[in-house]
Amino acid sequence: MTTATQDMSAGDTATSLPRLLPRGGQLAEDWHTHTARHGRLPYRERPGDLVRDLNAAGLTGRGGAAFPVARKLSAVLDAAAKRRRAPVVVANGAESEPASDKDATLLWLAPHLVLDGLQLMAEAAGAQAAILYFHTDRRNDVGRRLRQAVAERAAVVADRVAVQLAEAPPRFLSGQETALISHLAGGPAIPTFVPPRITERGLDGAPTLVQNVETLAHVALIARHGPAWFRQVGTKTEPGSMLCTIRRADGAVRITEVPLGMPLKSLIASPDGQSLGPDRALLVGGYHGTWVPAAAASRLTLDNHSLGAIGARVGAGILVTPPPDRCGLVETAAVVRYLALESAGQCGPCLNGLPRIAAGLTELATGRPRRQTQADIERWAGQVTGRGACHHPDGTARFVRSALITFAAEVDRHNQGRCSGTNKKPFLPIPHGSARTEEDWL
Amino acid sequence: MSGINTSTALWYASRATGVVALLLMTAVVLLGLLVTRQGRLPGLPGFAVTGLHRNLSLIAVVFVALHVLTAIADGYVNIPLTAAVVPLASPYERLWIGLGAVSLDISIAVIVTSLVRRHLSRGLWRAVHLLAYASWPVAWLHSITSATDVRHGALLVLSVGCAVVVVAGVGWRLAAAASDLPRAERVAHLMSAVHHPMSAMHQRAADRTSRP
Amino acid sequence: MSEKLLVNPIECEGHGACAELLPEMITMDEWGYPIVDGRPLPAGLERDARAAVSACPTLALRLLRS
Repeated sequence: MTTATQDMSAGDTATSLPRLLPRGGQLAEDWHTHTARHGRLPYRERPGDLVRDLNAAGLTGRGGAAFPVARKLSAVLDAAAKRRRAPVVVANGAESEPASDKDATLLWLAPHLVLDGLQLMAEAAGAQAAILYFHTDRRNDVGRRLRQAVAERAAVVADRVAVQLAEAPPRFLSGQETALISHLAGGPAIPTFVPPRITERGLDGAPTLVQNVETLAHVALIARHGPAWFRQVGTKTEPGSMLCTIRRADGAVRITEVPLGMPLKSLIASPDGQSLGPDRALLVGGYHGTWVPAAAASRLTLDNHSLGAIGARVGAGILVTPPPDRCGLVETAAVVRYLALESAGQCGPCLNGLPRIAAGLTELATGRPRRQTQADIERWAGQVTGRGACHHPDGTARFVRSALITFAAEVDRHNQGRCSGTNKKPFLPIPHGSARTEEDWL
Repeated sequence: MSGINTSTALWYASRATGVVALLLMTAVVLLGLLVTRQGRLPGLPGFAVTGLHRNLSLIAVVFVALHVLTAIADGYVNIPLTAAVVPLASPYERLWIGLGAVSLDISIAVIVTSLVRRHLSRGLWRAVHLLAYASWPVAWLHSITSATDVRHGALLVLSVGCAVVVVAGVGWRLAAAASDLPRAERVAHLMSAVHHPMSAMHQRAADRTSRP
Repeated sequence: MSEKLLVNPIECEGHGACAELLPEMITMDEWGYPIVDGRPLPAGLERDARAAVSACPTLALRLLRS
């Protein structure tokens, strides 16, 4: 059961978290509570204003890639000026990662903050079209909430650019930028080759700015309180706060807004304050992320500088702690079977490599592994990396390699026919129903 | 009176270059089918199939040009130059010469779009290239309706032979394409193949990506 | 001015003509797809590189100026 909780104590109102989610509870904000808390939409009127503020704030994308927002906006502005075409702005709420729920939660609880950010980016980019892209297959009826929010804003004429709501298919690749554009254009949600970049030529050939919905929520607040305010939390090189999906060993799922740079161990501690035993592992960054041994995790903080030292990334802020009765290899194999089935099947290396890696891991995890299986998996992981049109094979390979390293002792056990997992029930969430036909991608 | 004069020589040249053009076009079609299925010619590297396909198509057009020019230059019958590319522009034997013009028009379009392929959208290049499947039968019809001597003897054997191999080739290509998997089914197919190694045949089928 | 090879993996079908014509920069993986060396093209290989680009039946291989 996903609950949004705020674990930070209230300091002075400027630095206290949460910034994005409603305080003290799960009541979704409607237009009135939203404007009562944050004030009205501060249109900037002066071109270049918002870019400057976003640059000073150092805001990076919260969809996983952490690309500097001001840089992407500038790229779109340059392309628009050069090609004399009005840009399109897309709010990407298709978080697609089964283990992540922060975007769905944000859209459910604070849709107006996202919609404010969308309007501000549209104004800054000179866009004449704005789209909010989201999944409908989640627990809550986000579509209905968004339609309500759009209607509330229409009643007070809050928006200058009409927002189109668009539904994303339940595919892992749905949130990938070029796949998103492909779907909005009426086709399947499968990636296209870059170049050209979508900031140059995207939807209908227009320069297209795609930003994660959480990123836009931060934009809406930076526009109100300024870049200095944004930088009051976080680290110097990675400022601000972010939403995290924390899945604990007891099955609880929490969406929490935390400052970047926060120690991992305080994020993953169990309710009774116990930290993870040294033989445990933590999954950082979701299914394209990295398995990290608990001992290493206790020294790390939630920022790319710290995590980069062990080859991990913050990604979309997903932290999963499987319970001790689960086998890390079994969990990994199940996820990789899912990731393989979610391949678009367009690129030879990904199409050929991912199913084979999945089969190899299945053999390692639950079958009778042959001597060369692990070597095969490692070779295939190397063969697929960087050879697709998108980063699906790369991310999958990273996830697989980190499992083979972190669970090396478990691999040895499996090679001898043993397994330390006593509970065969899958812990990491995997959606039912794989894609079988073209319709599943539309 | 000697049977050999300019007109006769030109007439023979036109017949001969026409036959060679048809043979070359047949070879070009077969090589094109081979390219789409990644087939190989024994003793030759893979790139040679594509290379031969392209080069022979250029040589074929040269022979068609010679065939057309000698027919027009032959004053025995009056065929205007425009009839080479404008169907039904010839007052003489309007229909079968018109067929020849249609085939030549398509061939020119295929070759020109291929030469500037880099500057065209993939969809446009492909659509025009598919017209080649129309160009060959039209050329064949042109050849068998063009003269009586094609309808018996060696030339008949040649014409029928060309038709048989092209029909067989296209049939083979269509059958192979029918067993290709649509994009959305490929990875699921390969997944079950690698998880159940007994179905190696399915695995081979699933290994391939799209075909034009 | 250096040039770099780039393959569009969506258009690539694994015909293999590129690897035959430019083995110095392109090798095949175990599934028949090209592994392209993305480093700047060494002097002397420009002609072969252009041949490889031209030979690709799907025009998946490109030579980019950088």
